[in-house]
Amino acid sequence: MIYVKDANLNQSWNEVSAGGNIYEPGTSLQVNTGDWRIFIPKFIEENCKQCMLCFPVCGDSAIPVENEKRLDFDFKHCKGCGVCFKVCPFKAITWEEEVK
Amino acid sequence: MAIREKLSGNEAVATALRQVNPDVVAAYPITPSTEVVHYFSQYVADGQVDTEFIAVESEHSAMSACIGAQAAGARSSTVTSACGLALMWELLYVASGHRLPITLNVINRALSGPININNDHSDSMGARDSGWIQLYSENNQEAYDNYLMSLRIAEHKDVLLPVMTCQDGFITSHAIENIELLEDDAVQKFVGKYNPERHLIDGKPMSVGPYDTVQFYFEHQYQRAQAMIGAKKIILDVFKEYGDLTGRKYGLFEEYKMEDAERAIVVLNSSAGTAKFVCDKLRAKGEKVGVLKLRVFRPFPAAEIAKALSHVKAVAVMDKADSFSAVGGPVFADVRSACYDLKERPLMINYIYGLGGRDVPVENFETVYEALSEVIKTGSTDNFYRHVGVRGL
Repeated sequence: MIYVKDANLNQSWNEVSAGGNIYEPGTSLQVNTGDWRIFIPKFIEENCKQCMLCFPVCGDSAIPVENEKRLDFDFKHCKGCGVCFKVCPFKAITWEEEVK
Repeated sequence: MAIREKLSGNEAVATALRQVNPDVVAAYPITPSTEVVHYFSQYVADGQVDTEFIAVESEHSAMSACIGAQAAGARSSTVTSACGLALMWELLYVASGHRLPITLNVINRALSGPININNDHSDSMGARDSGWIQLYSENNQEAYDNYLMSLRIAEHKDVLLPVMTCQDGFITSHAIENIELLEDDAVQKFVGKYNPERHLIDGKPMSVGPYDTVQFYFEHQYQRAQAMIGAKKIILDVFKEYGDLTGRKYGLFEEYKMEDAERAIVVLNSSAGTAKFVCDKLRAKGEKVGVLKLRVFRPFPAAEIAKALSHVKAVAVMDKADSFSAVGGPVFADVRSACYDLKERPLMINYIYGLGGRDVPVENFETVYEALSEVIKTGSTDNFYRHVGVRGL
C-alpha cells in the first residue's frame, strides 16, 4: 500500500497509488491550505466576551476551543473567508488583506 | 459439455450475465439494449441470480452506481446503447481513471441527431479515448464469449481497467442464431470471484475519488496509459485460456484469407460477415482479396495490424461512424497511423458506411474491392475519405 503520509515530489509514476486512492483517514490534516488566503482574520483577545458565536461558523476548524474558551486562530486551514469576522458582535475579530 | 442453443445477441448477453451472477447490475433501458435489462430483471425477480439490481433514473446514474458498487468491492456490470452511452460519458472517464474494472455491454446504435434507433458505431467510437478496453463482436457467439472474457481482463491486477463489449444493435442484438454456451458452473469457474486488494467497506479506511493535484495527476494518467499498454498481454492470455476451455480461439483481430491478399478490407462487428462472404465470392474467381476483422480496438494493436497489412497492396478501412474530422473515420485514423512506420506501406482509403442502420449489402463490399483495384491501378489515394451507400455519389 502507498500512503499519503509518504507522498513526496520524488515519487515516480509507479510509486503513487492507483487511481489516486487514499488508504488512511484524516489526510487533510497533512495538507496546508492556509496559504490560499488573501484576507486574514485577527483575534483581538481583550474585546472577546467568549460568546462562542464564531467557532461554529468556521468551515475549516480554524478556531480552536479549549475549556469553553476560544483560543487564537489555527491558520493551517484558514481560507480567510471572513465569516467569523462577520458574526462577531464585539469587534474581537478583524479581517484585513494579508501582507505576505 | 457445452450447451447448444439458439439466441439473439441480447439473449446471449443476458444469459452470460445470469451465468456470471454479478454482485450489482445498475441499468436503464434504451433501444436496442432494453431487452438485456428486461431479461435480466426477470432473472432477478425469479431468483435465478442474487444480483442487487438497481433500477436507476438515467445512464449517468447507472454508471455512477456501478462505480460506487465496484469501489465497494462488488463486481458490477451494465448495458446501454447510443445516447445512453453518451450520457455515461463523464463517468466512463471516472471509472477508468479510478481503475475500477466495471464491465459494460454496448449494443451499438447511432447517436442523435437527428434521432435514429438503428445500428452504427458512433456511440462506442466516441468513447474510444475514455480509457476503456473495447472488444467488438461479429455475432451473438462472439458477444457472449467477449463478455465472459471481459471480466477476467478487466479484473486482472495488472490491468484494472473497465471493458466495454460491443455488438451491432438489431443486426446482432435481435437476430437469432445458433450459439454454444458454457454450462453455468463452467462460467463460474472461469470468471472466479472478484477479490480486489482493497475496497471501501473492507473495514479499513479508504477514499476513492479525492482531488488529484498538479503534483500527482500526470503520474496517475501515465499509470492508466501503461495499464492500457500492458493489457494486450493479459487479453491474449485470457483469450488463450478461454480458447482451451471452449475450442473457440480468438486473437486481437482475425485474418481472413490474408496470407497472399493484395487487396484487404479492415472492418469490425457484424459487417465482417458480409465482407467475408464477398471475399469468398471473389476468391472463387481467383482474386487475391482478404478481410482483417478487428476484435480488440482498445488497446489498439498497431504493430500487429501493421505487420498483417505489410504485404497488402491496397487497404480499405471501413468505419460505421464518422468522426467529422474531415479526413476520415476513427478506425481509419488508427489503422493508417499504425502503418506509417512500415518501410513499404499499403495504399489506404477509408469508407464510411451503414450509418443509422443503412443496410450494408454485399454490393457495398463489391464496390469497395473494385475501388481497391482502381487504387492499385492508378497508385493514387488522393480521394481517400469516401462513403459507400449514400445516395447521389
